[in-house]
Amino acid sequence: MKARRTVAAALSVLALTAVAACGKDGTPDSDAGKGGSAAPQLPVYQVNAAAKLDASKTWTTAKTRGKLVVGAKSDQPFLGFEDVQTGKRNGFDIEIAKMVAADLGFSADQIEFKTINSSARETSLSGDQIDYYVGTYSITPKRKEQIDFAGPYYIAGQSLLVNKDNTAITGPETTKDKAVCTAAGSTSVAGIQKYGAKVTTFESYSLCVEKLLTKEVDAVTTDDSILKGYAAKNQGQLKVVGTPFSEERYGVGLKKGDAALQKAINDALKKHEDNGDWKKAYDATLGLSGSAAPAVPALDPVS
Amino acid sequence: MGILFEKDNFSLFVRGFLGTIELSALSALFALLLGVLLAAFRVSPVPVLRGFGTAWVTVFRNTPLTLLFFVVTFMLPRLELHISSFTAAVAALSVYTGSFICEVLRAGINTVPLGQAEAARSLGMGFGQTLFLVVLPQAGRAVIAPLGSVFIALPRNSAVAGAFNVFELFSVQKTWTEDSAPIFVSFFWLALAYLAIGFAISSVLSLLERRVAVAR
Repeated sequence: MKARRTVAAALSVLALTAVAACGKDGTPDSDAGKGGSAAPQLPVYQVNAAAKLDASKTWTTAKTRGKLVVGAKSDQPFLGFEDVQTGKRNGFDIEIAKMVAADLGFSADQIEFKTINSSARETSLSGDQIDYYVGTYSITPKRKEQIDFAGPYYIAGQSLLVNKDNTAITGPETTKDKAVCTAAGSTSVAGIQKYGAKVTTFESYSLCVEKLLTKEVDAVTTDDSILKGYAAKNQGQLKVVGTPFSEERYGVGLKKGDAALQKAINDALKKHEDNGDWKKAYDATLGLSGSAAPAVPALDPVS
Repeated sequence: MGILFEKDNFSLFVRGFLGTIELSALSALFALLLGVLLAAFRVSPVPVLRGFGTAWVTVFRNTPLTLLFFVVTFMLPRLELHISSFTAAVAALSVYTGSFICEVLRAGINTVPLGQAEAARSLGMGFGQTLFLVVLPQAGRAVIAPLGSVFIALPRNSAVAGAFNVFELFSVQKTWTEDSAPIFVSFFWLALAYLAIGFAISSVLSLLERRVAVAR
């Protein structure tokens, strides 16, 4: 009986600490990266006040409105993340959204970010709910039938996140019979299964990362950009390994048929890639993971 | 409607169905054992046991099931306690359902006339004998219907496990949706499967009720 009581007491304590821990885990440490003395700083973007884009209906509407509505993700650390306490957003995708906005003539405080789930992206673009979308949005032929893309501004690919001290996993070929975690239903499941890995699935990548930290899975797999975000959040504990084994070309999504806006965004991306802002933005966000910046991808021609 | 018969969907569906049954059956077994034990605690003459039973029921009946899954899946490993996802799911479901069973049984115990226990005691039976030989059998007969509701809720509650790395019926839906199957069609087949499970349980219980129910 005594043992039973102890177990019960332990379980009740657990139930309580779980609540506390959930809150903590859900919020990436916003101070991360401030620890080092030479923490990379986010670039400041010069707002192009003279921007004029009368050919674009989206732009003229936004100008009359006085602000830009940008769709983004809110749950990807160092990519597109919203701090629910302060309401502030940060991450590499958010920086891309800001640098584009600056060239379109909108300052950072003239941007209203809206969290849009992956499944609702095309509908909110074609339904004019947002002016453009930046959030790990892969350019695919199927999506291009409904919307247009500017970019790509980043080329991601399926990769592996492991514990820092793990030397056994160096790429997908080394995951045979290893426990690999990914999000339920995602395309990453098939991507890693063909290498013979034992797949564990949870609702979100953050739960997988939790399992990785307690060493119950050997690796987490999805786009390297997302993994770098988690590596940056858990600096010194996790690392991204191997070369990406698929190709996801992230673009800025916009309403179909607005060639003027598409060209303007492409120009903006090109300008900030050339003047070093892109690299600076990477270093201050995903770069905190310890992975070096990949090459800047060539932009697709305006369709 | 044809989605069930495309590609490997049928074997996937069967695997999910068996997964749900296996998970529910095991959890039901442990929940029943736990429920009986807790009910015994709650009516026992020992204050510590009564307190333990009350605390257990209060905590686990009021905790959302998803939170319990979080605790067993993500907190236990932090305490160096590693169990498989399936074991974790059985643990969470049993602990949760057990507290409901305990309360149902306690209500049943209250329907047994006090004279029964007094008669048992005057025959020289101890607390355990009185409870398990005289009171609980009568209590059980009285609560078959509410107990049935708890057991029918269990397989449906087990759908939560799909989010915690256990393959069951609800995980089938996720795979199908990602495969861009129409939501209504997958809903149809899954609802049918859950309905079949629920119907089987209620049939068994109503049969049992006809056999053993106390006529008052």
